[in-house]
Amino acid sequence: MNWFDSGWGLTMAVFLPGVGMLAVLAAPKADETLQKAIALVTTLATFGVTIALAATFNYDKKGLQLGTDKAWIDVINSRYHIGLDGISLPLLLLSAFITVLCVIYSWDHFPEPHNPKAFLALILLLEIGMNGTFVAQDLILFFVFFEIVLLPMFFMIGVWGGPNREYASIKFFLFTLFGSALMLLSFLALYFIGPNTFDIPKLAALHGAGIVHSTQNLIFAGMFLGFAIKVPMFPFHTWLPDAHTEAPTVGSVLLAAILLKLGTYGFIRIALPILPEAARDWAPWIGLLAVIGIIYGALGCLAQRDMKRLIAFSSVAHMGFVMLGIATLTTFGINAAIFGMVAHGLITGMLFFVAGSVQERFETRQLDRLGGLLTQAPKLGWILGFCAMASLGLPGLAGFWGEFPAILSAYNPASGIAGSEFVVFRTYMVIAAVGTVLAAGYLLWMLQRVAFGTVKPEWEHVHIHDVHVPEWIAWTPMLLLIVALGVYPNIIFRVTDGTVTRLFGG
Amino acid sequence: MLDYAWIIAFIPAVSFVAILLLGRKFPRHGSEIGIAAVGASFVLACVAVVQWINRVENATGASAFKALGKGFVAKAGEHEAVVKPVVHSVTWWQSGGLKFGAGTQIDGLAVVLLFVVTLVSLLVHVYSTAYMHGDRRYTYFYAALSLFTASMLLLVIADNTLQLLVGWELVGLCSFMLIGHWWEEGANSNAALKAFFTTRTGDVGLMIGVIVTFFAAGQTFNIVSINEAALAGKGGHALWLGGAVCLLVGIIGKSGQFPLHTWLPDAMAGPTPVSALIHAATMVVAGVYLGARVYGVFWQGFSIDAGGVNAMALIGGVTIIIGALLAFVQDDIKKVLAYSTISQLGYMVMGLGVGAWTAAVFHLFTHAFFKALLFLGAGSISHSGSHHSFDMKRDMGGLRKYMPITFTTFMIGSAALAGLPPFAGFFSKDEIIATAGHFGYDAFLYIGLAGAFLTAAYMTRAIYYTFFGEFRGHGQPHESPPAITGPLVVLAAFSVFAGWLNATVVHVEKFQQWFEPRFAFPTQVIHPSFRFGEGAIAVIVALAGVGVAYAYYWRGVGHGVTERNPLARLGYRFLLNKYYLDDLYERVIVAGIKGPIARAAYWTNQNLIDAVINGVGKGTRAVGQFTYDVIDQRVVDGAVNGIAEASGETGGLLRYMQSGRVQWYAAILFFAVAVLSLALIVFS
Repeated sequence: MNWFDSGWGLTMAVFLPGVGMLAVLAAPKADETLQKAIALVTTLATFGVTIALAATFNYDKKGLQLGTDKAWIDVINSRYHIGLDGISLPLLLLSAFITVLCVIYSWDHFPEPHNPKAFLALILLLEIGMNGTFVAQDLILFFVFFEIVLLPMFFMIGVWGGPNREYASIKFFLFTLFGSALMLLSFLALYFIGPNTFDIPKLAALHGAGIVHSTQNLIFAGMFLGFAIKVPMFPFHTWLPDAHTEAPTVGSVLLAAILLKLGTYGFIRIALPILPEAARDWAPWIGLLAVIGIIYGALGCLAQRDMKRLIAFSSVAHMGFVMLGIATLTTFGINAAIFGMVAHGLITGMLFFVAGSVQERFETRQLDRLGGLLTQAPKLGWILGFCAMASLGLPGLAGFWGEFPAILSAYNPASGIAGSEFVVFRTYMVIAAVGTVLAAGYLLWMLQRVAFGTVKPEWEHVHIHDVHVPEWIAWTPMLLLIVALGVYPNIIFRVTDGTVTRLFGG
Repeated sequence: MLDYAWIIAFIPAVSFVAILLLGRKFPRHGSEIGIAAVGASFVLACVAVVQWINRVENATGASAFKALGKGFVAKAGEHEAVVKPVVHSVTWWQSGGLKFGAGTQIDGLAVVLLFVVTLVSLLVHVYSTAYMHGDRRYTYFYAALSLFTASMLLLVIADNTLQLLVGWELVGLCSFMLIGHWWEEGANSNAALKAFFTTRTGDVGLMIGVIVTFFAAGQTFNIVSINEAALAGKGGHALWLGGAVCLLVGIIGKSGQFPLHTWLPDAMAGPTPVSALIHAATMVVAGVYLGARVYGVFWQGFSIDAGGVNAMALIGGVTIIIGALLAFVQDDIKKVLAYSTISQLGYMVMGLGVGAWTAAVFHLFTHAFFKALLFLGAGSISHSGSHHSFDMKRDMGGLRKYMPITFTTFMIGSAALAGLPPFAGFFSKDEIIATAGHFGYDAFLYIGLAGAFLTAAYMTRAIYYTFFGEFRGHGQPHESPPAITGPLVVLAAFSVFAGWLNATVVHVEKFQQWFEPRFAFPTQVIHPSFRFGEGAIAVIVALAGVGVAYAYYWRGVGHGVTERNPLARLGYRFLLNKYYLDDLYERVIVAGIKGPIARAAYWTNQNLIDAVINGVGKGTRAVGQFTYDVIDQRVVDGAVNGIAEASGETGGLLRYMQSGRVQWYAAILFFAVAVLSLALIVFS
């Protein structure tokens, strides 16, 4: 399997969905089953490749693995440099995993205007961008993948979305594009001011040497905006609730599970290692926005009457924990952040699935109109309860391991952080801990209003189907994984810790 | 068994999954799985207790066999021997190169809790076969009981604070599920949510306390290490004070201490066996257990050996009184018992606060039996006597004639609770009070005595309304079936005899000898010898409580005092409204956050932050329009620019895409990227 280890395997993991996309497009328009089958086989194969990569991966080896570094755009010395390490691997697996489940869930859940061919093609295109972002080791290559993602999501929301889809899709597109433009500017600045390379490991090894401190801070600012909008951090988050509310179920799931992680991943992969000095200056401010996001997102949730919009706002709060972990610049915090990314992907992804299924059955997401779901569709109700518990960070389920170590890390942030009196971050720690109470509040109130109580009169005589077979197939792996990661978190920490310690330890 | 204690927790965990997946297919709908599993755990827990006693006896120079043969006589010089806890752990997670384990720490405290939890759980399992018979979610109920038992045992055997926190939250989850067992009614699910939120508020303290002690002890969650570091004062006293205060907040939330006790009475909305198991005997004592577990932190943080006043003793002391007073104005028998539980938990927390470790844990031990007994007794009454009502004034009265077993066992439980000798509560409560006096916590000695008076009085009142006078309910009350009375009798036996394990009055101190830690534990802890004078005062105070209540309820002495005396009326109203704490929490704090604060945040979001974004969007669009109309069309007169199209003519663009050509966009884009990158790799 020499060819597999030397970059082809990883290249397959990125571009195999493209092959599938072409096949889907080539399939006859009328034969929807064929299109679905192609999409399923492709995503499964891609997932298989990522599993093979994970199996080949040497967990004790430091540095990048299984990648390749070939010339690409010589003029600007940008290279096709891809590779895996402990930070990318869990996210690549998550991305390939969630995409399979989204295809399965879509099987007979295609929203209006139907057209599975285009929808599946977009999912596959999206997967290229997502997988590519997590393995790219060249800033321009990273940027290309990062941007590829925008397009299919824009169409998914704009074409298959809810009533307000045009506004939401344009807002999503332009907002993130705006951030990306500044990010690109920063990449270019790094190239021209710095050592004329876009190679991420090389840049990271230099720690910003040769760039004046104040310039570093400016470059960091551009990256910060690009990534923070994607995360999204307060106050750049307003595209998110709209995009989520309008997006079709699968779009929401992919958005929450993977797309948001591109921003946080960018911080960990690019901004922090390449510009560590600037990161230390910025850290207290990032931490501040993170904890504001935790509280503010929770309050936003409490004000919602729409189930899906509530879950969307909860992402702002959850990503706040991830960003808090990152802002501490410690191994604890960054390990927690990566765990939190995976956990949030699974849990919030599940919540969006359930919200989609509830909407499909009741044709509403208004919390006042729902109630007694446990009576009419007990399994769906219990799954919602399970996800709510996981989302509020119940220990024993995955969400806890993103939250608790992040809060813990804030007690003792990295040395050298600007104004490094512990007071600042310890205050953040307490605020974040209070955020966990609010999280319990909005999630359990949602659960109470949707699942408990008696069935509202308008639904009394409506037959509500409990969980369907495609739903079971799509959800069971996620539910099991939420439990598995919660019970034995070292599944992820074992993978990330080595790389994180190498990059950020000491 | 000491080395394999994880099995004791693992069995009910397996049972949970089994009941959930297969329970309905079993002839008894899964209850048999639960009973078998908890029964097995109980047997193993008993083995663990015996092995632990052996370990202690061996280390201190006497074999258990001999000790049992010789009877209960303590020997001098035994306390010097060091008996380390049995600790095992496996890697659970790692970060920053540090590995953190999950594991078991079995010592005297752990085996006591293993015994109590498995025994009460087993009895409640049996009891519920009758009590919950025909319930619409019978199987689910048993699954939740199994999950609870597993979680509680996980908490008990934890060798590190993080695992303890995991168990702590999981029992909270089970509590939530079981309080809301009949979730169709809003009141029940409200009570479940309230319990979860309130304890979660306390958990903020626990979480931060775990973090503070983690760093204070040198980046470890290990309980023994934390205790050692705390007792050595590593890193300075202030650090441990902070840790102790935070952990105390966690205890306040979980163990129903003032001012976060308000969820516990509401939790009575759950089925009665749940109240007995979770909200009396086991889960609510998790806080006390935590206090006993990391006692070094509290000892150091609150300087417990200094005497006087400290936060822990104060919280416990206040809780004793406020809980006991509220028990007087309840009509619902379960609420009387709930407030009584709050008050008794106050004794335990106060006990820890005044340095009476052994007495506090001993009280936890005896209280588990007699309070579970009282709750199950109340359940028996509602099951067979009062037609599912818990209202003492309306639906009970005179039941002693109809329910002799329930009556007798309830009387035993009440006597134990009131602290009358020779019942269990007398010994444990008296030791807390005595130690308070000996350690220089004089104020708390009097609080303890006052609490004893109130306890005896409110239980007398409850007994009066329930068992005496004429039957006020409807239907024909009768005795409960054996599945219900059996557990009552077992618990009654424990309520009579458990106290004799540490009856200092006859110099029996087995509980202390076997179960008090001899490792990583404050050496200054003292055990006052029994003084007849003090013991007599405690008994007299309790009897006085009984007497006063008897005079008031049976003889009518002092009736109408609330009508005549405005001060008494005011006090009565204050109690009826539960000190207005619920109003403060629900109407002011929760409603404030849920209502105006959340709405204001969301308003800001929609009308300020988003307005900026939309403003930028509209501004850009206007500029684009201007550019297009004025510059482009008139000046350049060229083709339409794609970006202007995107921002100006969205609708058209989207319709264009919807018409089925979207795939071509996707395809072209993909092609561009794929061909370019592949070509460059292959050909360069």
